[in-house]
Amino acid sequence: MKNQDSLKMINPIKQFFINYAVPILFIIMIVIAAPMSGLSPIFLINEVMTRLTRNSFLILSLLIPVMAGMGMNFGIVLGAMAGQIGLILITDWQIVGVPGILLAMLISTPIAILFGYFAGIVLNRAKGREMVTGMMLGYFMNGIYQLLVLYGMGKIIPIRDKSILLSRGYGIRNAISLDGIRQSLDNVIKLNILGVQIPLVTLGVIALNCLFIIWFRKTKLGQDMRTVGQDMEVARVAGIDVEKTRITSIVISTVLAAYGMIIYLQNIGTINTYNSHEQIGFFAVAALLVGGASVSKASIINVFIGVILFHTVFIVSPRAGKELIGSAQLGEYFRVFITYGVIAFSLVLYAWRNRIEAENERKKAMILRRVSLQDEEEEGDNV
Amino acid sequence: MSERLKELLENIGLPRLLIALFLLLLFVIAPFVGVRVDTSINDVIARFAMNGVLVLSLVPMIKSGCGLNFGLQLGVIAGLLGAVISLELKVTGFAGFAVAIIISIFFAIIFGYLYGLLLNKVKGEEMVVATYVGFSAVSFMSIMWLLLPFKNPDMIWAYGGEGLRTTISTEGYWHHILNDMLSFQIGSHITIPTGALLFFALLCLIVWAFFRTKTGTAMEAVGSNPDYARSCGIDVDRVRINSVIFSTIIAALGILVYQQSFGFIQLYNAPLMMAFPAIAAILLGGASVTKVKMWNVLVGALLFQGILTMTPSVINNLIKSDMSETIRIIISNGMIVYALTRRMKVRS
Repeated sequence: MKNQDSLKMINPIKQFFINYAVPILFIIMIVIAAPMSGLSPIFLINEVMTRLTRNSFLILSLLIPVMAGMGMNFGIVLGAMAGQIGLILITDWQIVGVPGILLAMLISTPIAILFGYFAGIVLNRAKGREMVTGMMLGYFMNGIYQLLVLYGMGKIIPIRDKSILLSRGYGIRNAISLDGIRQSLDNVIKLNILGVQIPLVTLGVIALNCLFIIWFRKTKLGQDMRTVGQDMEVARVAGIDVEKTRITSIVISTVLAAYGMIIYLQNIGTINTYNSHEQIGFFAVAALLVGGASVSKASIINVFIGVILFHTVFIVSPRAGKELIGSAQLGEYFRVFITYGVIAFSLVLYAWRNRIEAENERKKAMILRRVSLQDEEEEGDNV
Repeated sequence: MSERLKELLENIGLPRLLIALFLLLLFVIAPFVGVRVDTSINDVIARFAMNGVLVLSLVPMIKSGCGLNFGLQLGVIAGLLGAVISLELKVTGFAGFAVAIIISIFFAIIFGYLYGLLLNKVKGEEMVVATYVGFSAVSFMSIMWLLLPFKNPDMIWAYGGEGLRTTISTEGYWHHILNDMLSFQIGSHITIPTGALLFFALLCLIVWAFFRTKTGTAMEAVGSNPDYARSCGIDVDRVRINSVIFSTIIAALGILVYQQSFGFIQLYNAPLMMAFPAIAAILLGGASVTKVKMWNVLVGALLFQGILTMTPSVINNLIKSDMSETIRIIISNGMIVYALTRRMKVRS
């Protein structure tokens, strides 16, 4: 009996708090900071609704690589770049409204597939450290993106609209206004329920993406991906082309990220040509982790909980900071600190838990062995 | 013959070779586009002395198997604390620099110990965790620079502002304290920052000598084969923490050397990305995620700083537009991506 007790290593309540430490922390922060910020509930709900429609699609693009066991895909930055290239081109061609958005998505698709394929190959050569490699790949591709947009556009790639070019005659300006497509997806059908603006079509697109992910999980490819995610060797023995499956997961993620970036930017209404994409990876990953996801497990629910919790804290913390200490600048630094801190904390927690679990497995195996030895001895006594 | 050539190429690595040739090409075409070679050499030497120690700081952690120190910023923060506290105490000259060093080392030991404890908990995931620990530390310190009660008027905003300035001049305290020590001129355009070079050489010597002592060899053993090291009775976790502390201390000294040469202490977001150029440099010098030799530090710092110095001047004059920033991004981050993908190829 004693042995069986020691088999139960961590009690369930403690386990729950360890697993959901980050979301719990965020709920506590909101409970404290929201009343202090003095924002009205309607304003807050409206803001959260905006962030939900703006960010959800991008964060959903992180799910499939997690399934394939590749961790948080910091390389969605590559998809964001593809999306931006599409947006820059349709701005130049002056195609407005929903057709403009659709065309931007169409243009960004092959670019995103290309980027995603490249990223997949690179990550296949860095198994076991996909996350840090994906992040560095994002920085590296930023250089290629600059080469293309800051030096190529207007020189090699023809740009007709001189107003989006730098005064020197080539290279795109630091900021482009997306007047033609600003919130045109959000405004197709916009409901107003009790003062809360609900952009129905954008939410519909996000729902479609969720359905796609649910459907995808059930396909043969989706099942293969999960097998690869659990154990590459087992997958290989089962006849799955591990490398190809991993590349596919990154390609899908990158394409979805490109669409996500287009949805994100049409809501904001301007592109910071050389900055918009840079932080996207961090913010998306941080939000997903806040939603209770881990490096190896992330679901659609995590995405929405994450967006709501993460962005509520973002909305209320600068105001609360100002009320509390009287410094708005502080709130800004606090936001950045929260973003990086959440990622660091979740990664540490995950890696730590993995080690404890491995240790527990080892202990369990030892105890089981001891028990079976004892049983054998007892049997021997009986005879 | 072609076999040997191939082997040589494999050893040097294609990207490294290409970048070395690129640098050589830049020096060759420099005179034709109106860039003086002697001032360029002067700049390369100055920047080599300025950044070398930061590159060196990566060595202990690579040796002990903790990987590339993406959390280098922790050492930088220790150095920044030393610098601002020494300015707050208003000690000038060598004494001021010495005070800065002592305070930095104190903080570096504390930070390094905690950082080492953390990295021991996340074995195998050190690099990605380190990156975000570094980032969070920098953003946390941004809050601290605003709140800490510094009083020296040279460091805080003149009126109306709060907290420390974003850049603080070291002028009047220990500006160029190492650079100007025993410095001499060659020709009219080359100044050798003897003091800074000697300081760098001294630290290199210390690191080199350390890895010849018993403790140092134990650290290398932990890096190359932790299980073997454990069976030899080495406390692996303890040794890893020591290596992290060692790296953090050198990084703290590195940023002090950087500041006295640059002339400014940069706070807030300035240290955020500081790990990447140092890592790119050591990789460029021939190190990998798990292996490093002392000459990698020297070659890497020289090559990397050479590229950084030469591209703006030469390329600008050549094509009349400033591509240096983009080239820097591609080379430094490309080098890191290359190194991260490399070991796995050898294994499979």
